Amino acid sequence: METSRRNFLKAGGACLLGLTIWPAVKGFAGNSTEYITSSKALTGEKWGLVIDMKKCWPKYQEGCRECFLACQRAHNIPDVTNKEEEIKWIWTEPYENAFPEQEHEYIAASIKGKPFIVLCNHCENPPCVRVCPTKATFKRRDGIVMMDYHRCIGCRYCMAACPYGARSFNFSDPRPFIKEVNPEFPTREKGVVEKCNFCAERIDTGLPPACVEACPAGALVFGDLDDPNSEVRKILASRYTIQRKPELGTHPCIYYLV
Amino acid sequence: MLVKALTGSKKYWGWTIFLLVLIATGFACYLWQLQKGLTITGMSRDVSWGLYISQFTFLVGVAASAVMVVLPYYLHNVKAFGRITILGEFLAIAALIMCLLFVIVDVGKPMRILNMIFYPTPNSMFFWDMIALNGYLLLNIIAGWHALEAEYKAVPPPAWTKILVYISIPWAVSIHTVTAFLYAGLPGRHYWLTAIMAARFLASAFASGPALLIILSYIIKRVSKFDPGREAIQKLAAIVTYATIISVFFVGLEFFTAFYSQVPAHGLDTLKYLFAGLDGHGKLVPWMWTFAILAVLALVLLINPRTRTRDTYLQAACVAVFVSMWIEKGIGLVIGGFIPNPFERVTEYVPTLPETLIALGVWATGFLILTFLYKIAIAVKEETV
Ligand code: SF4
Ligand code: SF4
Repeated sequence: METSRRNFLKAGGACLLGLTIWPAVKGFAGNSTEYITSSKALTGEKWGLVIDMKKCWPKYQEGCRECFLACQRAHNIPDVTNKEEEIKWIWTEPYENAFPEQEHEYIAASIKGKPFIVLCNHCENPPCVRVCPTKATFKRRDGIVMMDYHRCIGCRYCMAACPYGARSFNFSDPRPFIKEVNPEFPTREKGVVEKCNFCAERIDTGLPPACVEACPAGALVFGDLDDPNSEVRKILASRYTIQRKPELGTHPCIYYLV
Repeated sequence: MLVKALTGSKKYWGWTIFLLVLIATGFACYLWQLQKGLTITGMSRDVSWGLYISQFTFLVGVAASAVMVVLPYYLHNVKAFGRITILGEFLAIAALIMCLLFVIVDVGKPMRILNMIFYPTPNSMFFWDMIALNGYLLLNIIAGWHALEAEYKAVPPPAWTKILVYISIPWAVSIHTVTAFLYAGLPGRHYWLTAIMAARFLASAFASGPALLIILSYIIKRVSKFDPGREAIQKLAAIVTYATIISVFFVGLEFFTAFYSQVPAHGLDTLKYLFAGLDGHGKLVPWMWTFAILAVLALVLLINPRTRTRDTYLQAACVAVFVSMWIEKGIGLVIGGFIPNPFERVTEYVPTLPETLIALGVWATGFLILTFLYKIAIAVKEETV
């Protein structure tokens, strides 16, 4: 994230109700589809993730939540207690709920009810981008589906459009719910939508996503789906993987080994 | 002409004050919502649109009142509608203003709403809906006002307004179509993902808009010296009859596809949730059965010519149509679309008190505008009779 935008966010938060936001938004967010990358930035055409739940589960059972915590710390995700208004970027869902159309009565006990990590799929053909009336949700050239929190009007059309429940709305001011504020990343205001950004801010400085880095089991593999020599492509070529709701034509970039 | 809204009987002012109280209450709640955020509503992560957007959706339909009098009058020369085109147009104006207000109270960042204009995004159906609704509002304001002014001055309306009226006819179709497209193009929302969505919107709009217009015509007849005319009301009743039949037929089509194919992706679970309950959740079941019963009752009263031509029965039928369409579109359709959620779980939605008061406030604003507009129109008409 560029510094100017970060500064702007702080200023924006200070002005009550954001009434004065518009001229500033025009200045900064107007070119939000352009992103500035440092020379160290990771380059890719289509970032993707392969999640190996079998590697995760032993640790998960011991109570490991490193990937969630790393994400929460990196992105100032508020810990909203009201279940109906939760802000979630990365979490787990039982197999039947994450893959409702691939579930059946006699599913193997090794999978049934098991937690699967879910997050925004950074769809290649993202319906959330299609419906957003302000381009506050947009797709970067490297495939990351991103949000501009300063432009979002909070219409929640994207939430209706996302078939994966990957988006959260700030029903109230999230700041009181943030345990420890990371000054490197913007906090959000009430009234805007947010979701996983695939750690675009880290990728642009040469680092892999925080969850990938944090996982002690190596269950999350990150890479460029367009590069046949990438690790993700090697896994995809050699093992059977599934995606969430592939029948919807969204082309998710998150794959699961089962 | 405007001053005509400022003189009136005690009853007129009583009604106005009643509406103003509702508006003030709604506005106070809205200020609270601005302060606290949408957390004061019953909406959630899973049911992310609620009462506001569903009222918006329903009221777009009510705005069809205009086209259903304008079209027969201008294209088929149905003279009886000449007296009431203005009523249809003014009802459309009030309905559209309510629609816009409902969008404003729904968004999380209302002060940024102009971002939709500053960053126009033609791939978003919201963008087109904004154009369609505002355009239709403008067309009706201009055409309606000039027609009334001409009547006041006892001259024919300027010729160019007729062009606007002709434009407004296909435009009216567009507002329902585009509003339906808001819903009908979303992957993963099975209940909405149906090609007949726009057709359903048109049919229910052509039922609920004219039904309200009939009720309003009867009220006008009682409280003023202006009589909209029996013929006009009966012609509208015929329109309401056909539109209600088609609406109910379309709902039946959805049922057939879902239940005969048994494919969950055709809205099966939502229909089960709405009419029978799902996983032990069934808050909307009584509503949906009320819809079904009222719709059948309305059809019986409307199809039978002996009841349709009797004032009291027709009034009852129109109330039944209006309420049933309100439930179907203003509650079931929008909220049902979010249930079950993308994880196949049921999260129910119940609007909170402040949310309901805000919605009532918007309705009251619409009715206040409608009252003023009708007051002016009727005063002009009373003078010219
Ligand atoms: S998972 Fe949802 S939010 Fe993420 S890109 Fe796909 S549609 Fe958009
Ligand atoms: S809520 Fe924000 S990001 Fe989502 S569609 Fe509306 S403006 Fe776009």
